[in-house]
Amino acid sequence: MDGIHDMGGMHGFGPIEREKDEPPFHADWERRMLGISLAVPFVVPITDDHLRREVERIAPEPYLRMSYYERWLEAMVSLLEERGVADGSAAFGPAVAADAVPAAIAGGFPLRLPDKEGRAARFKPGQRVRGRNMHPDGHTRLPRYARGRVGTIETDLGVFGLPDANAAGRAPEPQHCYTVAFTLRELWGDSASAIDTLRLDLWDEYLEPA
Amino acid sequence: MHDSHHDDHPDDDVAMRVRALEDLLVARGLVDRAAIDAFVDAYENRIGPRNGARVVARAWSDPGFRKRLLADAPRPIAELGLGGLQGEQLVVLENNDAVHNMVVCTLCSCYPWPVLGLPPVWYKSAPYRSRAVSDPRGVLREFGVEVPVDREVRIWDSSAEIRYMVLPQRPRGSDSLDEAALAALVTRDGMIGTALV
Repeated sequence: MDGIHDMGGMHGFGPIEREKDEPPFHADWERRMLGISLAVPFVVPITDDHLRREVERIAPEPYLRMSYYERWLEAMVSLLEERGVADGSAAFGPAVAADAVPAAIAGGFPLRLPDKEGRAARFKPGQRVRGRNMHPDGHTRLPRYARGRVGTIETDLGVFGLPDANAAGRAPEPQHCYTVAFTLRELWGDSASAIDTLRLDLWDEYLEPA
Repeated sequence: MHDSHHDDHPDDDVAMRVRALEDLLVARGLVDRAAIDAFVDAYENRIGPRNGARVVARAWSDPGFRKRLLADAPRPIAELGLGGLQGEQLVVLENNDAVHNMVVCTLCSCYPWPVLGLPPVWYKSAPYRSRAVSDPRGVLREFGVEVPVDREVRIWDSSAEIRYMVLPQRPRGSDSLDEAALAALVTRDGMIGTALV
């Protein structure tokens, strides 16, 4: 989605404000919102891709006005409505228990899939590729600034589900994801430093041969 | 200062909505309040940049560990009891005399939780996300870091499922320090790539 969240390269947001000795949370509700966001996906089928989709659907003005965890609140409420939790029309459970939390954190949600589950890799390290000119209205991980730009495949990271499909609730579309190297000059023009570079991790279908 | 973005949404209104959400989820049997407490405790008290500092200090002290860390980070960090959520696919990037690495997530807030904990507000903010990719040296100057003109600045935009941590250069004159003393030198920003150590 070509939303405000896709802000790489934008101007006008001002200086970076840093807080000395910043604590992990600034209010108790932020603590609760983090805990809710981590606990719910163990019970209700909600993934990070769904949450990202909902955060990105927040309109630009409120998106910029809201604090980070406020966006999480908006996204979570919206998904719980979609899943039928808010009105009680769907039942899930049981809740993750407190004593299961350390193991849940340590285990995480590994997302890499066996290579055989994905379609064959179309690109190899060293190959020149171009970010496709695509503008889906749903969640995607191809930032605007890389569309139409040429880079080089650096690493084949293995097979991962395509976030665009996951977020939209489509059938899984597992495919290779690559680290792609771009020069800053390719991305931003001649005023950029000649020796600086950028790495982006891009799924197979975000790319075309260059 | 960080609360300037709350101007139009008083914190207590948001707090009330979060409480209502928690109450609803508890009533539906989807969330156990004690589990929320446990997640919060983990990220407030146990999982933070001191974990990453231990990894860095070990890498500075043990060439074998360093080599394995740069090749396949999850295994060696598991030896230190670290890993898991938001770091399942972790990659460690080595700063040296040729390359200075710096990490951002322009689309949102991807960050290597097992080693750095939750990201600071500035990392998730529009000014950092927008400019880190197009003017990294300008951003670094704001952080007080001047990277030599003949050294490549390499920005990593965490756009997929890999989470990145920077292995800073070991400071000169630290040869006699043991691992604990080395770890004390390592900063969070040094492991994001917005500071030198």
